[in-house]
Amino acid sequence: MEEDLHTLLRDLDALKQLPDPASIDRMRDRVVKMMGPSGAAAAATRSKIKDMSAEVVDSNPYSRLMALQRMGIVDNYERIRDYSVAIVGVGGVGSVAAEMLTRCGIGRLLLYDYDTVELANMNRLFFRPDQVGMTKTDAAVQTLSEINPDVVLESYSLNITTVKGFETFLGSLEARSSNGRSTGVDLVLSCVDNYEARMVVNQACNELRQTWMESGVSEDAVSGHIQLLVPGETACFACAPPLVVASGVDERTLKRDGVCAASLPTTMGVVAGLLVQNSLKYLLKFGQVSPYLGYNSLKDFFPTMEMRPNPQCSNPACLERQKEYMQSKPARDAAAKAKMEAEASAAIEYPVHMDNEWNISVLDDSDTATSSVQRASADILPEGLVRELPDEDSFIEPPAPASSGAIDDDLEDLQRQLDALNSS
Amino acid sequence: MEGWDKGTKSVVGEIPLLSTRAGPRDGDAWRQRLKEEYRALIAYTSVNKAKDNDWFRISAANPEGTRWEGTCWYVHNLRRYEFPLQFDIPVAYPQVAPEIELPTLDGKTHKMYRGGKICLTVHFKPLWAKNCPRFGLAHALCLGLAPWLAAEVPILVDSGMVKHKDDEAAPADAAAASGSAAAS
Repeated sequence: MEEDLHTLLRDLDALKQLPDPASIDRMRDRVVKMMGPSGAAAAATRSKIKDMSAEVVDSNPYSRLMALQRMGIVDNYERIRDYSVAIVGVGGVGSVAAEMLTRCGIGRLLLYDYDTVELANMNRLFFRPDQVGMTKTDAAVQTLSEINPDVVLESYSLNITTVKGFETFLGSLEARSSNGRSTGVDLVLSCVDNYEARMVVNQACNELRQTWMESGVSEDAVSGHIQLLVPGETACFACAPPLVVASGVDERTLKRDGVCAASLPTTMGVVAGLLVQNSLKYLLKFGQVSPYLGYNSLKDFFPTMEMRPNPQCSNPACLERQKEYMQSKPARDAAAKAKMEAEASAAIEYPVHMDNEWNISVLDDSDTATSSVQRASADILPEGLVRELPDEDSFIEPPAPASSGAIDDDLEDLQRQLDALNSS
Repeated sequence: MEGWDKGTKSVVGEIPLLSTRAGPRDGDAWRQRLKEEYRALIAYTSVNKAKDNDWFRISAANPEGTRWEGTCWYVHNLRRYEFPLQFDIPVAYPQVAPEIELPTLDGKTHKMYRGGKICLTVHFKPLWAKNCPRFGLAHALCLGLAPWLAAEVPILVDSGMVKHKDDEAAPADAAAASGSAAAS
């Protein structure tokens, strides 16, 4: 580069003595060539693509994704452009999940975070040192819009746990709701690092009947989990926080980033990968969507399980959704039966063996009458014994402490009393 | 509550417990909860004054009672260190404890989350969870903020991170004082 500039200067001096149009043109070409690299970089940011193409050419960013159809994994991959996903928390897991969904060509992505990028975040993926000081949402939008300009990105730099932030959060989820959807998004991904924010996402999704997925990485950075939460159908986050179920650890005691919690790019990347894989399966309807998937990196153990909602859940919105789910059971059963019949009629069954030499027959042992009798007899306690824990169906809230009766005082009066104490 | 000193235990016993499980979005139920909060704060402040252990001022910063502001102070080596105090009532309150903020101490100790939110994770959050909805703001101050100040302020002062307000202006004063001494 420097050499080029020196020759350019020499030529300029020569030009001063003898003006020559041809040499001016040559110099112009050289200058353009020197500007080359940055000019080429500007051209590399591609324009928007209207339709996803399956054409296998180097310039098609979607060829490998559309190949999922040819492989018989996904029926219609292009449907991904109709879907909107909200990511709450753009940290170690959320930012990577956002990048994965962006590269997959998701239709719309809503990002929520109130933090800024710091050098202490550089042990994780996605953010770059030159973004230090930017809000995480703005930094994410900057990178993601370069990677895939087709994705509609919305960034919300706010704290969803405050009353005002929560209202904006609810409003942004509800916006653009079209018929058939209760909200404007198809899935909410919770990638936050604390109990408080998870409870807020839980509250919002229970109120909006919004399916969401929760993710988390342990404070020692060697295990994590993802969980699917369908309000009313599966356990909500207040029913049973996953860490209590999986390891007996109280979620509330976990340290979040900022007070000496550890983090690893590997664990965060694995959990983000599991989360987005489950999201893609849910959205594009392939494979089996995991209701819960744990990851213990020390033993490479991946436990899965299902959690039913807690009929004594402390969240009123969850109890409402549970009731709705129970009420819709006949309709669900009818739909399932119709589907079964349609499948059965499509494939007519033939006996596997034509002869039955030993007269073997299969008996239905799910006889409801006998099993309920057995259950009833199991519930009876010998005389003189009582159960310590309340019955599942008849939970009584422990009586409120005495002296908590209705306070007749006026709120303003109480305020004045406190002010008087404050000023004395 | 094992592990807490007798003094704190007896004071906590004098703060009236709350009974309404309601957050800031619950309308009339929240007003009822707010009354209970006020009653507990009034009782706690009175107890502190009676025991000559007054250590905070707090009042609602908006009519809905969702934001609270005030000051708190801690006496170390006979000198009083005062800090502005603020917090928002979280949407999921009272299931979720308030996040108490001391903005002037932000960045001065690692026992703190961004924005000056003190770390309540280990010593207070499990206690709050067990006593939901009976604990209120007064309990959060008594069992969350007070022990935090007692543990952190001496370290902050001794390490020089926090200076007494008289010492902050000290270099100029000292120079002026020595100057006048030389002149006389």
